[in-house]
Amino acid sequence: MKGLTPIVKKVAQLMSGIIFMYGIYIVTHGHLTPGGAFAGGIILAGSFILLILAFGSEVIKLRKEETGSSFTESVAILATIILATAGFFAGSMVFFNNYLPKGTVGELVSAGAIPLYNIFIGVEVAAAIVTIFLALIIFKEEEEKR
Amino acid sequence: METLLSVILVFMIIGAIYALHARDLLSAVIAQGIVGYGLVICFLHLKAPDLAIVQIVVETITLIIMVAVVLDSSRKEIKAGFTRGNVINMITAMVFIGFLVYFFSLAIESLHVFGDHPLRMAETYAKEGAEKTGAANLVTGVLWDFRGYDTLGEATILFTAALGVLTVLRLRGKK
Repeated sequence: MKGLTPIVKKVAQLMSGIIFMYGIYIVTHGHLTPGGAFAGGIILAGSFILLILAFGSEVIKLRKEETGSSFTESVAILATIILATAGFFAGSMVFFNNYLPKGTVGELVSAGAIPLYNIFIGVEVAAAIVTIFLALIIFKEEEEKR
Repeated sequence: METLLSVILVFMIIGAIYALHARDLLSAVIAQGIVGYGLVICFLHLKAPDLAIVQIVVETITLIIMVAVVLDSSRKEIKAGFTRGNVINMITAMVFIGFLVYFFSLAIESLHVFGDHPLRMAETYAKEGAEKTGAANLVTGVLWDFRGYDTLGEATILFTAALGVLTVLRLRGKK
């Protein structure tokens, strides 16, 4: 896959960082404002997809990237399950028990374990979407080589 | 409130029917986008910004991937002619749709008025949700505290989808 023109590359460079920051904002403020792990994760994936589409696949080593995103995805969902199981053993015997101290409603550090779940699932969603996209691109390149 | 929703729904139905009948697959994909973005407007109109954000982002990413797939494969739809199996399938589907519409019309009469929520559980969630979960955004509180299993299931579905894509594409790539 070839890259696009220099104008598109420059704009993608400038915009992808802002989109990434916006995704992080949506994920970390999931318990305060509309949005959350799924929306923020897909916005994070969108910033990566924008860069890949603009620069083409020769610049980045795709196989390594794919292995990395697949690994990140697995680790993130494992962390979520471990966090949920920790709630089972801390306090009452309830899976998904919100065992951390809650703090005042409306502040950034509040709501116990919910922000942690949000962050892990956000990483998982972003990595999963990027993995699917990279798998499709690598498949196409392999087809073209033969 | 309901008239605007009806107008958007009619647009969405027209888009869906056009997406089914379009010869050019690219225009079918674009027409399918009408359905998704119409749903975004519906969600915003019904005061559900959470769902609207998720829907607009997912729709955009899906549209990009679908356009990429259509551009890489063929743009023309292959039309199959009428065979006996086709006709039987269509008649069966029509009969089932008739049944469903009849029973839905029976069920709709016993529902409450649109926008009225008499559920006891929903009222409890709305009143005590912020205290019990500590989350100012009630939707996240419900998703991660009261219904954690649902969200874990959704994440697992996404994980399995990525795994399936990797497996299928690797097998075809190795052949």
